[in-house]
Amino acid sequence: MLSNIKRTPGEKLFDAVNLLLVLGISVLILYPLLFVLFASMSDPRQMFDNPLLLWPKGFTLQSYSAIFENRDIWVGYRNTILYTCVGTSINVIMTILGAYPLSRRRFFGKHAFTFLFTFTMFFSGGLIPGYLVNQSLGIVNTIWALVLPGAISAFNLIIMRTYFQTQIPHELEESAYADGCGDLRLLYKIVLPLSTPIIAVMILFYGVGHWNSYFDALIYISDREKYPLQLILREILIQNSLKEMLTVAVDDQYGDRMIAREGIKYAIVVVSSLPLLVFYPMLSKFFEKGIMVGAIKG
Amino acid sequence: MEANHELSVRRPLARKAKLNDVSKRLKRNLGLYLIISPAFFYFVIWHYWPLYGIQIAFKDYMPALGIGGSPWVGLEHFNRFFNAYYFWTILKNTLGISLYGLLVGIPAPIVLALMFNEFRNKRFQTLVQTISYAPHFISVIVAVGILFFFISPTNGVINALLGSINGSKIDFLAEPGYFWPLFVWSGLWQGIGWSSLLYTAAMSGISPDQYEAAYIDGANKFRRIWHVTLPGILPTIVILSILSIGGIMNVGFEKVLLMQTDLNLSTSEVISTYMYKSGILDAQYSFSAAVGLFNNVINFILLLTFNAIAKRAGQTSLW
Repeated sequence: MLSNIKRTPGEKLFDAVNLLLVLGISVLILYPLLFVLFASMSDPRQMFDNPLLLWPKGFTLQSYSAIFENRDIWVGYRNTILYTCVGTSINVIMTILGAYPLSRRRFFGKHAFTFLFTFTMFFSGGLIPGYLVNQSLGIVNTIWALVLPGAISAFNLIIMRTYFQTQIPHELEESAYADGCGDLRLLYKIVLPLSTPIIAVMILFYGVGHWNSYFDALIYISDREKYPLQLILREILIQNSLKEMLTVAVDDQYGDRMIAREGIKYAIVVVSSLPLLVFYPMLSKFFEKGIMVGAIKG
Repeated sequence: MEANHELSVRRPLARKAKLNDVSKRLKRNLGLYLIISPAFFYFVIWHYWPLYGIQIAFKDYMPALGIGGSPWVGLEHFNRFFNAYYFWTILKNTLGISLYGLLVGIPAPIVLALMFNEFRNKRFQTLVQTISYAPHFISVIVAVGILFFFISPTNGVINALLGSINGSKIDFLAEPGYFWPLFVWSGLWQGIGWSSLLYTAAMSGISPDQYEAAYIDGANKFRRIWHVTLPGILPTIVILSILSIGGIMNVGFEKVLLMQTDLNLSTSEVISTYMYKSGILDAQYSFSAAVGLFNNVINFILLLTFNAIAKRAGQTSLW
């Protein structure tokens, strides 16, 4: 193996420089995330005076307790959990049902269906025609406008099909089929139990998408009670408005409240992103495999 | 004559046999058709039905009359869009931000993946790689929020640094000149690790024999990267580049919308944000549909062109 061959001095230097560069890049990538985590646990006043942080400054959790009192955030959190669970379930079931027949060799019409599905990746009706369709279906301002229009990503469907095609032994299906096992039972009893890695990847891909999406809700959801967390975040982080949390009166404590509000922003970023940042390293093995399969052109 | 006669007799028979064959195959696959039907109807309703609605770009859409019943106006909406004084500005912004993004966003993950690939300690490689794609999992709103934390003129880290160096502060979002770099480089922060993953996957598929052969031939590290690793991942590079060129007109529209302020509109207004504002906010459905159609057609043409070029050059292509 090449790794056992002795390195020349030049190659040692190369490796050292490479290591330093990668460490530097990793710090650059990680620092903004750590900064927010530290800032959320810092005293907002000290943060305001000097924002440079390498660790929490004046440790306090007061920003977090302020979040707990904000109703908007918790309603948004609840809605996002609902949309993510319902949406991801629909995504995964629909993608499996669409991908499985395309993976079968004897499926008559395979190419026509594949073309019909993949063409949508490259050309679409656009924002307004899509909006009009949802309007005529009467799903505007309901959860269905968020979970149905994106029920299948053609890209994920192709990854899934490629997995079924390459990872499930063909003989297994044929013998089950010869034993009189129907297509649906075959899918349920044989194919799915062998496909847990790719299903985990799909749950992650679609789940992250639902958790993080804001634009569909911005267009389709007008009722504040139905806002997902990301729209609440948009108001607080981007549009800079914190309703209910701070009274607008300009008095002695006005400055303090403005500063406290900066602390709340850091804490809300942590609260909203933590579920994903905790889960992804655990699932990373799975989706690296999923990408590997998807990288094989099918 | 004789042969012709025979053919004309045979043809209906052959057709009948073929029809029989087709119906047999359809019947045999009945279960699979049932399984695929939800996906089929999904694509028909949410991807092909909107194509029917594209016609409103050539009509004066009135909700009361419906898509079919609204009067035709020809190219009126397109003319209005092309002749508007802002047309060239938003076209320039769209293409400029995209090309800048491609110029940075295509090579950077490749270089990062090459650097990762040189590690001998694979567990360390996995660790740094996992760190590198953490930002991929935060939402675009949070990413822009974090960017604002850093560039804020009142209490941002970058301005605190600038302040301690030369005492001046910059309101980055109010300066049109900063929009493109802010957009592209913050996008690189969020996307570089995830994009490099695809290249790492492709690199792990290169046979170690090739590296050994190159080593025995006296190739040093750079030559091994140049002559073995890069050709090995070239198909992945081509496919991903075609796909990103096909998305050139879309920019990172959800993110542009968040980073826009009234002060930086001259460099931040792109076709898709304009389409959103005129269509959803101002309810000019037909005009917005025309803008969207223009956008999608250009995208599609670019995709076809670059796919054809890649094919011509003997490289991998999408189809």
